[in-house]
Amino acid sequence: MSKPLIGVILGAVLGAIDGLTAWFTPAVRDQLAGIVFGSTVKGIIAGIAIGFFAKKFHSLPLGILFGLLVGAFLAFLIALMQGGYYFEIVLPGTLVGLIVGFATQKYGKSPSPASS
Amino acid sequence: MKWLSDSKVSHLRAVVGNPDFSGTKYTFVKELARGGMGAVYLAEDTELNRQVAIKVLSTPEITEDLRRRMIREAQIIARLEHPGIVPVHDVGVLPDGRVFYAMKFVRGVRLDEYAANTTSTRERLRKFQAVCDAVAFAHAHGVIHRDLKPQNIMIGSFGEVLVLDWGVAKILRAEVSSEADTLMLPAAGTNKAGDTAHGTVIGTRQYMSPEQARGEIDQLDERSDIYSLGAVFYFLLTDQAPNDERPRTLNPKVTKPAEAICLKAMARDRASRYAGAGKMSADVSRLLDAEPVSAYRENAYEKVSRWVGKNRFLVLLVLAYLLMRIFFIFTSRS
Repeated sequence: MSKPLIGVILGAVLGAIDGLTAWFTPAVRDQLAGIVFGSTVKGIIAGIAIGFFAKKFHSLPLGILFGLLVGAFLAFLIALMQGGYYFEIVLPGTLVGLIVGFATQKYGKSPSPASS
Repeated sequence: MKWLSDSKVSHLRAVVGNPDFSGTKYTFVKELARGGMGAVYLAEDTELNRQVAIKVLSTPEITEDLRRRMIREAQIIARLEHPGIVPVHDVGVLPDGRVFYAMKFVRGVRLDEYAANTTSTRERLRKFQAVCDAVAFAHAHGVIHRDLKPQNIMIGSFGEVLVLDWGVAKILRAEVSSEADTLMLPAAGTNKAGDTAHGTVIGTRQYMSPEQARGEIDQLDERSDIYSLGAVFYFLLTDQAPNDERPRTLNPKVTKPAEAICLKAMARDRASRYAGAGKMSADVSRLLDAEPVSAYRENAYEKVSRWVGKNRFLVLLVLAYLLMRIFFIFTSRS
């Protein structure tokens, strides 16, 4: 499995789980579908970006840092659109980015070096 | 009449047993080891200015047939060019008629000495893999070692692994020999018999296969070496020469798959052993990579445990994420 594909799958799954947890917040329960969709799309975007980064740069610390930044940035944008819940959205989003960053560095096929 | 001093007498006694390398390009340095059939000496190659190890046969009677076979077999072993097999540089005959072999002088420690100073099972098993690879190479060229044991494996000063003492090796296939034959080189530091007729036991008892222990020379094939590899594996897992105890009894840290690899290689029934050293090496590789090994069928719990053990950091991250999520659920409710 390629690194970007691992990023997409993991980002989508964790994003969806992230969104589903909104069910436990009664104030936003009626918007659950939109939240899950948005969170999944956010996870996919983060997964693609982090996956391609992992394909290009083979460094665990850099991969984790990049994942962390991408996750935090995208989660911040969502929180900005929501107009609140910064801590509840940004912190899990950052952790999801970190997980995807780690997983894409550790797993998945690296492109073989170009033959001359 | 002038008397010799005791020290001079003991010196003369020592040198009289040393081989006479005159007429060869080697000069004697010192004796390295001595066994039942011969001895190994450190010598200086005066042409290339390097040190070599020389094995010299010391049986009382050396027939022309034995000499001819030894030279021919040395030529075959010399063809086993592999980084894990100690190379034979030269073969010749001493002025007294004894055949000698010049080999690479390996600086390092024996596997048993290495194991005494290396507690990491991973490191030990990596060295073991290198042994398997060398043995697999020899098997592919139709040669079986017949005396694999920790004392015949050297770890060089750069970590390289070399299988030594092909003194009782057997040539199996016509690819390298016109007839199935037995190599009888002078062996050092081991208890070997001097004959290979049916019923004769060659090798080291604790590390030899049951068929070899019974002296069934014509029954020996690659699987006999597989048994010995299993015995070496047993030693690396337990720090003890193979005995009736299972490895996990002697060392509870040995995992079930590791024990299964060992027991499969050491199966009494030859057909139940690994079909080749390469296959055993592949299983050890899978063991090191925390992947399922062919010798052991794990249950669902063991599969999950292995996966979790292999992906510990990822599991911790996901757990941290889930804990955080649970924390937010409870705080948002309150």
